[in-house]
Amino acid sequence: MALLDVQDLTVEFPTRRGTLRALDQVSFSIDSGEILGVVGESGAGKSLTGAAIVGLLERPGRIAGGEIKFDGKRIDNLAPEPLRRIRGRRIGMIFQDPLTTLNPLYTIGRQLTETMQTHARLSDAEARRKAIGWLDRVGIPAAAQRIGAYPHEFSGGQRQRVVIALALCAEPALVIADEPTTALDVSIQAQIITLLKDLTRDHGTAVMLVTHDMGVIAETADRVAVMYAGRIAEIGPVAAVIRHPAHPYTHGLMASIPSLEHRVSRLHQIDGAMPRLDAIPSGCRFHPRCPRAFERCTNEPPELIPAGATSAACWLHAHG
Amino acid sequence: MADAKTLQAVGVSHFFDVSRPFLQRVLARESRRSLRAVDDVSFTITQGTTFALVGESGCGKSTIARLAVGLYRPSNGDILFENQALSSARAQPAMRRRMNMIFQDPYASLNPRWRVTDIVAEPIRAFRLATRPNEVQGRVGSLLAQVGLTVRDGDKYPHEFSGGQRQRISIARALASEPDFLVCDEPTSALDVSVQAQILNLMRDLQQRLGLTYLFISHNLAVVRHMADRLGVMYLGRIVEQGPAEAIFQRPRHPYTRLLLDAIPDLEQVGRARTPVGGELPSPIAPPSGCAFHPRCPLALDRCRVEKPLHVMDGDVQVACHAVEEGRDD
Ligand SMILES: Nc1ncnc2c1ncn2[C@@H]1O[C@H](COP(=O)(O)OP(=O)(O)OP(=O)(O)O)[C@@H](O)[C@H]1O
Ligand SMILES: Nc1ncnc2c1ncn2[C@@H]1O[C@H](COP(=O)(O)OP(=O)(O)O)[C@@H](O)[C@H]1O
Ligand code: SF4
Ligand code: SF4
Ligand SMILES: [Mg+2]
Ligand SMILES: [Mg+2]
Repeated sequence: MALLDVQDLTVEFPTRRGTLRALDQVSFSIDSGEILGVVGESGAGKSLTGAAIVGLLERPGRIAGGEIKFDGKRIDNLAPEPLRRIRGRRIGMIFQDPLTTLNPLYTIGRQLTETMQTHARLSDAEARRKAIGWLDRVGIPAAAQRIGAYPHEFSGGQRQRVVIALALCAEPALVIADEPTTALDVSIQAQIITLLKDLTRDHGTAVMLVTHDMGVIAETADRVAVMYAGRIAEIGPVAAVIRHPAHPYTHGLMASIPSLEHRVSRLHQIDGAMPRLDAIPSGCRFHPRCPRAFERCTNEPPELIPAGATSAACWLHAHG
Repeated sequence: MADAKTLQAVGVSHFFDVSRPFLQRVLARESRRSLRAVDDVSFTITQGTTFALVGESGCGKSTIARLAVGLYRPSNGDILFENQALSSARAQPAMRRRMNMIFQDPYASLNPRWRVTDIVAEPIRAFRLATRPNEVQGRVGSLLAQVGLTVRDGDKYPHEFSGGQRQRISIARALASEPDFLVCDEPTSALDVSVQAQILNLMRDLQQRLGLTYLFISHNLAVVRHMADRLGVMYLGRIVEQGPAEAIFQRPRHPYTRLLLDAIPDLEQVGRARTPVGGELPSPIAPPSGCAFHPRCPLALDRCRVEKPLHVMDGDVQVACHAVEEGRDD
């Protein structure tokens, strides 16, 4: 049984001008010890998916359909208090913006020790020793000396690593990591990725890894979900999605990545932008930007269907 | 002039005071502590070209960015803009108008309460590049068009745009003062790859059209390869290797540059375990003696632990490494 099971998750924002549907029937699951990568343009719904799972949707956003099961039990309809207990201890979160997670008024040492002490019985000395250990593991230089420093005294990348330490120090069963390494350079990134992989291997931790860095996905994830305008466009084993993308959007996304091997005068770009939520196109929501669109695409929305080794929401793969 | 120097850093260092507050320091009998974020850095950016800086988080890239536009004053050394020291010209608005900065975070750097038109018009008004309202409007309109937005977008607020569109707004604002030199600190790090491709293409187009000079900072080596004419690799506040970008990508000389290139995730190799740059990340408060990279360097010898390597030329590329100097790097 999957540790996390999301079925037909739909999230809506009621506004004065009508209801906006930000997530539309999103389904996926993650097993213990598995890393699911989630990619897609900003605004595709990646962060909302994570927020919905941990019950931190910003008002007036609400789950309008579907269900979320964690460890076999529904958590989408839990009261705030039981949900808060699961969050933090059993589900750890690394948010996109490190500055909103760290309290500027407290030293990073205090923030780490307090987090650990609310979830486990630890003496102050033990908590301090563990905090230094976590800072070390995420690559903060001279951790013992800098444990008394405040968030603003660190560089952008260092702050992000402190946030990662904060999310992992309670040793949760599921980690939702929203762009955890986007602001980091390759060597630290490698270190964090190695840390996440070690956790999945040694402790069976499940990870939902949201990132737009395909390179990170390639070496970390077991499976990957590609999101576009609130839906999953393609999902499947990582090698298949990268080498043989079945959805034209995935294809364009892969082609727009600059290469280390050769320099081109212009990068491939998918022209246009993702539609706004109040102007989702009819049929396949990618059709106005799709180089392969045909008539059916403009009026019938495609569901995920098998396409080679992956599943893609695209009419090109409907046979018969 | 074919090779006009737009920006030069000459022996620039920058220290931060990281001492504890006075009373605590006295009680603990500590002396003042300083952190050397930038250590004796020199480089030259030729007009109309892109100089890129890469390096690990915390190595001093953003500090150089801020020094280059005069937001920080160097503790030592000089920044020259068109052969004139920036420090002497700080008060000159003419020079300030000609340099600008694009930040990593397109969310935090735009005032949420202003309409886009006013955000873009602000530098035009501040530097009195136009005064009549319809003249200002005309300029704003053409700036928005330059970055692929429309005049109608000008009536909206920043929160109504996506990340990529907000970065376009930041670029339009940065261009509003008609600068010649732009410092771009991780301009696409917060953007996804498809939007990144659009922004990088836009930046290259603008460079060609307007003859802009860029100091381009990124930790993404593939992005740097796409943008850079010349490249500087930083480690713990120093530039350890610099030269034509192609020459460095073809044949990286410094052991650190080689490790950085090896540490890049590779789309071709799904599931491959990367070689993380091993060893401890040193503290910038107490940097290692000799070559600061020696605790992590596979080629380190005794000499490296005591003697700071000097910058030597190897072809077109300047490298600070004893192994390279002694010819035992391959
Ligand atoms: N205001 C400050 N006070 C004390 N130390 C600082 C301050 N700003 C930066 N530093 C330190 O100076 C060093 C260089 O910081 P800088 O912001 O230039 O790094 P960076 O290369 O831009 O890193 P990143 O890739 O994470 O943005 C780091 O060790 C950082 O902790
Ligand atoms: N508080 C909110 N009110 C209205 N719309 C929102 C709110 N938060 C997110 N959205 C919309 O939901 C969509 C998905 O957002 P998000 O999950 O943050 O995207 P991603 O993380 O993929 O960049 C976007 O169109 C976004 O504008
Ligand atoms: S369904 Fe049609 S428009 Fe949509 S991705 Fe497939 S081919 Fe393109
Ligand atoms: S000087 Fe020595 S320690 Fe430093 S990079 Fe060269 S070989 Fe390595
Ligand atoms: Mg997001
Ligand atoms: Mg920085």
